[in-house]
Amino acid sequence: MSQAPTATVAAPAPPARHRKPAPAAAASTSSQGGYHRHVLALAKRSLIKTWRTPEALIDVTVQPIIFLVMFTYIFGGAIGGTSQDYLQFLLPGLLGQSIAMAGVALGQNLNSDIEKGVFDRFRSLPIGRSVPLVGAVIADIGRYLVLCVVTLGFGMLMGFRIETNPMAATAGIGISLAFALCFCWISVFVGMTVRTSGAVQGVMFLIVLPLSFASNTFVNPDTMPSWLQTFVKVNPISQLVTTVRGLMIGGPVAESLMWTLVWMAILLIVFVPLALRGYRRRA
Amino acid sequence: MTHTIEAEGLTKRFGATQALDGVDLAAAEGTVLGVLGPNGAGKTTAVRILATLLRPDSGRATVAGYDVVRDASKVRRIVGLTGQYASVDEDLTGTQNLVMIGQLLNLNTRDARARSAELLEWFDLSEAAGRVAKTYSGGMRRRLDLAASLVGRPRVIFLDEPTTGLDPAKREDMWDVVRRLVTDGSTVLLTTQYLDEADALADQITVIDRGRVIANNTPEGLKRTIGGQRIRVKPADRYRLDDVRRILAAISPQADQVTGRDEITVPVDGEQALAATVAALTAEGIAVTELSLHLPSLDEVFLTLTGQHIDESPSPDGSTDAGTDTDTHPESEKAEAAA
Repeated sequence: MSQAPTATVAAPAPPARHRKPAPAAAASTSSQGGYHRHVLALAKRSLIKTWRTPEALIDVTVQPIIFLVMFTYIFGGAIGGTSQDYLQFLLPGLLGQSIAMAGVALGQNLNSDIEKGVFDRFRSLPIGRSVPLVGAVIADIGRYLVLCVVTLGFGMLMGFRIETNPMAATAGIGISLAFALCFCWISVFVGMTVRTSGAVQGVMFLIVLPLSFASNTFVNPDTMPSWLQTFVKVNPISQLVTTVRGLMIGGPVAESLMWTLVWMAILLIVFVPLALRGYRRRA
Repeated sequence: MTHTIEAEGLTKRFGATQALDGVDLAAAEGTVLGVLGPNGAGKTTAVRILATLLRPDSGRATVAGYDVVRDASKVRRIVGLTGQYASVDEDLTGTQNLVMIGQLLNLNTRDARARSAELLEWFDLSEAAGRVAKTYSGGMRRRLDLAASLVGRPRVIFLDEPTTGLDPAKREDMWDVVRRLVTDGSTVLLTTQYLDEADALADQITVIDRGRVIANNTPEGLKRTIGGQRIRVKPADRYRLDDVRRILAAISPQADQVTGRDEITVPVDGEQALAATVAALTAEGIAVTELSLHLPSLDEVFLTLTGQHIDESPSPDGSTDAGTDTDTHPESEKAEAAA
């Protein structure tokens, strides 16, 4: 029995009770002006975490490369005549598909943050309620940027040519990033709603796989049944892919760009409030 | 008298479980309130409500006069919370963890760095400051977590089972920290499963069980109710239990003895009882494998207050409270063995 009798000795009498408490230096200042700084502090946290665990970048580096190689050389000849022709068609599409997939990790990370109790700390601090979520989303732009650079860079090594001009291609990357920033709120919402980070992945694949395959990402939808073609047409990924394809290899862009922007707005309007509500409810 | 921490009639239900069923708590400024109870009593739920992480179903609570529901953001500016599970970021270094909290509390980077260095020094983590928290031991994580809750110099500090899972030496260190916080003027609410911890630190102890307050008293008052020290004797030869019983009856004639499978525990007056017990056991040639003078375990407290052993039903606090079975404190192992 390690318990010494001395453990029963009462604490030294507490000192005079009338003394003023130490001023709450930092905590007493306003939290209103700090929103951006708070978001940046938490975005920095996410970036450090990504930096410390490089395997967290697999889904935006190795994975798109595998898809690119696999689809180009396995299906390319059969679908597009030659692998090279198919690569021209595939790469802009794959960018859209990978970007939808890349958001999955965000929801998983947020979910496990909550499980581990890290967010309890944030919730007990005088910061805006949305700060932890917005910070994580902002930091995720870095991953999406890596994804775009890797996909385009590796694609070019495989022989992909930008048929328009560098400005248009950069705009294609820009619109992809912007879309990713909106689309990832679905993942944030799912991350706030389901119980485990494994379930986040399951639910997100249920959403992302139909969206990315029932689209014009991999094949021309002309041979699909008409009901499916209708879905493909309204599918936000199709609109993004059409836009990026137009910006990189030429073709009409205006209409699909408009629909892409409309979809981005819808995603934000629907899923940001849902995600924040899920976060508030998650005790 | 106004209290820095005040709760009245707090209730909270999770599904079928009534986690809190009308809990009142009060702590005066600059004091330590100990909330004592077993796993699942509702301690964590009460702390989470006071720290604005949960809303009560009914009842009201104020911290420094601010309502925890209506003025939640004001409450957050003056409280620090250290949960049962160290909520430090494992992928960040000790310094990065604290600087981040400082920035979230609107310190500029230089002040945040200075404050974090100061706290790391205080908690004996300076050497580990540049290492990621993943590599920290359990005790180091606890200390970093506590440091994180102190970055903003909170007036009111909630410590949810700060020593569960710590070895005895580290427990004493944590006790020193709590004493220093109070000396510096903070008001502390501390939950614990150990009477000796509440006794060592608290000015007032509230005992809760299944979401209800079953006792609220000073440590001295509580000990008067439940009896102070106990002696426990475990003879090497269990057939000599009857001799032990007779010896203890002579030393503490009025008290009820509690007989375990191969040990006997009895409340005693004063510390000379231990010497008398040792002398009598020696005189009769009874070898013992265990002989201790100790405060009642939580189970013994409950037995006295409620006439029942601690209810081991599933924890109403949910997953956050369930994992504390891992604690290594000797007292609780004894309590389980006795139950």
